[in-house]
Amino acid sequence: MSTRLAQGGRLIDRSRQVSFTFDGKTFRGHPGDTLASALLAGGQVVMGRSFKYHRPRGAVAYGVEEPNALVNLGEEGRFEPDTRATTQEIFDGLVAESQNRWPSLDWDIGAVNSLFARFLPAGFYYKMFIHPRAAWKHLFEPFIRRSAGLGRAPRARDADRYEHFYAHVDVVIAGGGVAGLAAALAAGRSGKRVLLVEQSGHWGGRAVVDGARIDGKEAADWVADAVAALDAMPNVTLRTRAMAAGVYDHGYVLVHERLTDHLADKSGLRQRLWRVRAGRIINAAGALERPLSFAGNDVPGVMLASAMRDYLVNHAISPGDRTVIVTNNDDAYRTALALHEAGLIVPAVLDARPVADGELPERARAAGIRVETGRAVVRVKGRSHVTGVEVGLHVGEGSVLEEIACDAVAMSGGWSPVVHLWSHCGGKLNWDEAQAHFRPDPERPPLGADGTGFVRCVGASNGHLRTGDGIADAVAGAAWATGADAGKAPAGEDADEGALMPVWLMPQGAGVKLRAKMWLDYQNDVKVSDVQLAAREGYESVEHTKRYTTLGMATDQGKLSNINGLAVLSGALNAAIPQVGTTTFRPPYVPYTLGAIAGSAARETFMPLRKTQMDSWHVEQGAEFEPVGLWRRPYSYPRLGETVKDSVAREILNTRKNVGILDASTLGKIIVKGPDAGRFVDMMYTNMMSNLAVGRCRYGLMCNEQGFLVDDGVVARLSEDTWLCHTTSGGADNVHAQMEEWLQTEWWDWQVYTANVTEQWGQIGVVGPNARKVLEKLGGMDVSKETLPFMHWAEGELAGFPVRIFRISFSGELSYEIAVPAGQARGLWDAILAAGAEFGMQPYGTEALHVMRAEKGFIMIGDETDGTVIPQDLGLNWAISKKKDDFIGKRGQQREHMVDPLRWKLVGLETEDGSVLPEGAYAVAPGDNANGQRNVQGRVTSTYHSPTLGRGIAMGLVERGPDRMGEMLEFGAGADPVRAKIVDPVFYDKAGEKQDG
Amino acid sequence: MKRYSVFAIAREGLRYHQGWERAWRSPAPQKRYDTIIIGAGGHGLATAYYLGKNHGIRNVAIIEKGWLGGGNTGRNTTIIRSNYLQDASAAIYEKARSLYETLSQDLNYNVMFSPRGVMMLAQTQHEVRGYKRTVQANLLQGVATEWIEPARVQELVPIISISGPRYPVLGAIWQPRAGTARHDAVAWGYARACSEMGMDIIQNCEVTGIDRDGDRVTGVQTTKGAIACDRMGIVVAGHSGLLAQMAGFRLPVESVALQALVSEPIKPCLDVVVMANTVHGYLSQSDKGEMVIGGGADGFNNYTQRGSFHHVEETVRALVETFPMISRLRMLRQWGGIVDMTGDRSAIISKTPVRGVYINCGWGTGGFKSIPGSGWAMAELMAKGEPGPLAAPFSLTRFREGQFIDESVAAGVAH
Ligand SMILES: Cc1cc2nc3c(=O)[nH]c(=O)nc-3n(C[C@H](O)[C@H](O)[C@H](O)COP(=O)(O)OP(=O)(O)OC[C@H]3O[C@@H](n4cnc5c(N)ncnc54)[C@H](O)[C@@H]3O)c2cc1C
Repeated sequence: MSTRLAQGGRLIDRSRQVSFTFDGKTFRGHPGDTLASALLAGGQVVMGRSFKYHRPRGAVAYGVEEPNALVNLGEEGRFEPDTRATTQEIFDGLVAESQNRWPSLDWDIGAVNSLFARFLPAGFYYKMFIHPRAAWKHLFEPFIRRSAGLGRAPRARDADRYEHFYAHVDVVIAGGGVAGLAAALAAGRSGKRVLLVEQSGHWGGRAVVDGARIDGKEAADWVADAVAALDAMPNVTLRTRAMAAGVYDHGYVLVHERLTDHLADKSGLRQRLWRVRAGRIINAAGALERPLSFAGNDVPGVMLASAMRDYLVNHAISPGDRTVIVTNNDDAYRTALALHEAGLIVPAVLDARPVADGELPERARAAGIRVETGRAVVRVKGRSHVTGVEVGLHVGEGSVLEEIACDAVAMSGGWSPVVHLWSHCGGKLNWDEAQAHFRPDPERPPLGADGTGFVRCVGASNGHLRTGDGIADAVAGAAWATGADAGKAPAGEDADEGALMPVWLMPQGAGVKLRAKMWLDYQNDVKVSDVQLAAREGYESVEHTKRYTTLGMATDQGKLSNINGLAVLSGALNAAIPQVGTTTFRPPYVPYTLGAIAGSAARETFMPLRKTQMDSWHVEQGAEFEPVGLWRRPYSYPRLGETVKDSVAREILNTRKNVGILDASTLGKIIVKGPDAGRFVDMMYTNMMSNLAVGRCRYGLMCNEQGFLVDDGVVARLSEDTWLCHTTSGGADNVHAQMEEWLQTEWWDWQVYTANVTEQWGQIGVVGPNARKVLEKLGGMDVSKETLPFMHWAEGELAGFPVRIFRISFSGELSYEIAVPAGQARGLWDAILAAGAEFGMQPYGTEALHVMRAEKGFIMIGDETDGTVIPQDLGLNWAISKKKDDFIGKRGQQREHMVDPLRWKLVGLETEDGSVLPEGAYAVAPGDNANGQRNVQGRVTSTYHSPTLGRGIAMGLVERGPDRMGEMLEFGAGADPVRAKIVDPVFYDKAGEKQDG
Repeated sequence: MKRYSVFAIAREGLRYHQGWERAWRSPAPQKRYDTIIIGAGGHGLATAYYLGKNHGIRNVAIIEKGWLGGGNTGRNTTIIRSNYLQDASAAIYEKARSLYETLSQDLNYNVMFSPRGVMMLAQTQHEVRGYKRTVQANLLQGVATEWIEPARVQELVPIISISGPRYPVLGAIWQPRAGTARHDAVAWGYARACSEMGMDIIQNCEVTGIDRDGDRVTGVQTTKGAIACDRMGIVVAGHSGLLAQMAGFRLPVESVALQALVSEPIKPCLDVVVMANTVHGYLSQSDKGEMVIGGGADGFNNYTQRGSFHHVEETVRALVETFPMISRLRMLRQWGGIVDMTGDRSAIISKTPVRGVYINCGWGTGGFKSIPGSGWAMAELMAKGEPGPLAAPFSLTRFREGQFIDESVAAGVAH
């Protein structure tokens, strides 16, 4: 059983205790413990269950690569699933729970899957559950879904806050081991801006655990000095608990920083996503140890040799009383020695190599440890805990020579550099035969915009596993990143290591029964036999194998399993590993929260909210809002006891009878100015705009290149060389962007400037028969019919406010649209309301606006248009200039289908009984088309109850519609279609007298 | 070939699965074939399958530059629906959806079609009107969809927040027989069936040139040598422009990156697919338990299969707002694919200026769902030399005539 030793533990503070619960049971640890180390200290080796077979599992690793020890953490708004016990630091009151088991961790019903494991090989679900058809959806899939998944789904809204942080640096260094620190020191001395990030809570990485010496000092002392020196450099920023998650094009790096996850006090910001633009990126992320593939390598108590050393040195954890070491390299002997020095028993080191005569094996022998070469673990004994190992010859097929009793096994299959950040943007790898791993190919780095590499791996992540080499490499990397001379590298020393021997199957000739018990991907339960099955069935590409078996798709993203799986595949295909290939790495290096990606944009501020100057007034009036693009606009202003439907009707009737006031500030306003502005607006609009007189307004249409109508609005000529283009509220940004695109890409030699001044102006509509009286009462400029007729505009003063008044109408009523500098808009609004009171003035919202325009037969972009409608369909031929040589969309509109006489055209529609036609209904035609769909001949585009007329009115597009006035159409399918008559689309004031008034 | 069944599994289980055969052969290319399909994605494989199954054309090679199914077919978020607005789209997507219903049985390969229902949220008045129109259209097209109110949305999706504050859910269009399928299995199932019919699937073989005799195709140049043929289908999604160039014509297609991501797996909490187009994101939960997330395409053209992070951010932000409980889940993996976009965002299934060359492309961000229907229609076109009613509207000539099939009105995000 695992336990805490009486002495040691460089990271823990024994003077203090921290208490927490796991599956309801109280445990105690020390500050500096992770959840995994504290559980091990408490004798809790089993921490989770695997995905498919629900096998009991303990922590196999020490860090982010852990696939087994995942827990449900926290409660309610701070609950999260799938948290790695190996990286979660403990704090007082922490609550953790094991996952993927029912009813309990020790006794899990799902473990029956394990009994049927032989009938559930890789990809079994592709071959089963085919019949009967309905059973997949109703029986098998629900069953599979329930037994899959890992942690519990959170229920509550997240109680924490997140933020984004922007940084621009010359060099980012990922990884705070000795290589990262050495690189940072060298880069820092050059004066460049440097950001050094370390994912764990402490500096120094492996060297401090493994007893290396640097510049004659203990590694730990050198690290402390280095951090102090870096702290003193103003151009260097250091962050722990900050993981470089991904490298993107153009030196963009994302760093995920955890601020309160390790604290009991959660009141602060939880996590921060750093968005870094870096000139150069140094990846000093180290290397990860690989498991060995022997039968039972997943039994709790089997651990990576380096992880066991970490638990021992950092947390004084004894993994068990008797630990067998199994290895193919010298490094694992460090674990044997460390255990031995801690007074624990190492019954044997089983080394697969025929000879082991390096410095470390010799030291082990000298310490009296039994070292057996050419040996393999044939099988680990025990179910929920290691009880012993069966030992055989590595070159054999698995006959057992000896059984050794033990309660822990430390394994080492060699090391794989962490090359993720190198690979994210396409850096390529080479296979290193001697060290049996992929390492960066310096000739094929990820390329930046200047065609040179912008990422470099240093230290262990570059395949330099020895301390001295790694540090020298890191200093060279700093010189590359800064372009400055980096000076002399600190000298690192550690024990000499003999060569490793690749071992991908243990023992080498293991038969099929043993191979079915060798785990590659622990979490997803992918075994050696599964990869071999995939190869046998023709899933030969690594990607096929991965997908067929789910190898490397677990939450550790194959950190432990990818290379081992690849090697097994290459064995099965009889091809060299580099020929079989590697898989691409995708961000993130370690999974991080969606909350951090969303950042502080949540709830009200989740998208920017655009408000007009009158917004607070609308709120005071109890307006119902609707989103229009990023704006919010009052939909209507229901009074106490009124439904929205009632209030819309009231607003319309009052506007038509007395006078209404509309906040039209969201209307797009784009200034087009310059010597070529007239030419330009002529291209943008279908109508002629260059000949508009100063002081006049004209309704204009904008099409895209295909000829389809995309926006409309009134254009006013402000001066000889200036036009003001009004656009729809939602369309302003797009229209402006389109204008700029044309100007910048096609007509770059035209002298035209555009400016989107939408927010610089408030705009107020005063609409209705009493509109002029209200303005006259306000006093100021002459707004009489004679001085300011319909479709004119003028500049002047109103109640002392500087204004531009446009005589335009979207309702069919006498109407003034008053533009006023935004800062004064609310003042004018209040003044108008005060003046309007005696004339029965009431505000109206967007719905009243829509209904009134429909009563008048005016089209609405987005209702009558949908990207497939040309102006000609809407009877707007009068707004298409025949004189102009060209305008955007002209050629498009000349195509065959656009001039087809059978096109659907705009009409009005009236039901027989005055009811409202259903939204979006289609007019059916006799018969079916060749695909068996019902033929149609038109559709409803806008449909409303008109309070003015007291009946339903609609607009629609109908095949040859304008030629078929008076005809009846049937809308909708099914039992009772609605009948409606084709009528003129102008329902109100056909003569247009009111707006001219 | 051995049939897959629970009995076969049991039999094999007893002998440690040593007896399984290859799912598809891996032959060296012959000198000539009647028909060559370029691209072993879902659409290419389905085309070959229906050429064999419906038209008896079996002397076929399917040539793939990488590994089969490794393009967008193996990278997509697997939404299958047919609630399209325009008749031509609804016809082919509904054909595809109905073929998906029985595809596992047809192929004897479980593609895990899961008709769990797809819901598209309306969060603006404009969207409400758009989806109500789609429901009306679907009714006449024989596609079963309905408009549902917010309360029903909440009932079907307990984890959704329908109350805003910015974009409250105003209702949704709901297609109960829409859903998802396992993307790899679709490619693998078709590949196995094609191989079984005697067709050659040639992987790791890139087409580098197209040979013509005048305006007639005679074969291809590949990294494994020249291969002759009478008839050819180009079905290469994001690389269509390059292949068209080799054949000597141009296409109205642009290639952009589209991204997706998944969270770490959790126990089931979302039984349907939800798409939220106003805020640009969609969400489903895979059978493994991962939350599958996608959003909009990048705004610039490229071939890198990587996208820019700001799209991921935009999508995640929208979904965290819509499904607050996902905030504490972690992003496990993010990836991108190159999608082929036409001007009207609809596909091309068409003859080309080169006799004997047919093209199928332009499925853009939403062509997984159409694989069986597209293969069916493309096979008919290639077998007969003329399009049937499913393919006819998707001809290349529509761009010249202006007869677009524009779906943008119905969905900002078209997966
Ligand atoms: C992130 C993402 C999410 C998506 N989500 C959905 C969704 O939810 N629902 C949906 O319906 N659709 C979705 N799609 C779209 C869908 O994936 C595609 O429309 C569909 O898979 C296209 O299939 P395909 O067979 O045409 O192309 P692909 O699968 O890309 O196949 C084309 C093949 O051609 C090969 N090729 C290219 N050039 C050559 C050459 N010179 N020689 C030989 N072979 C060549 C390629 O290697 C590739 O295998 C999504 C796409 C992406 C990228």
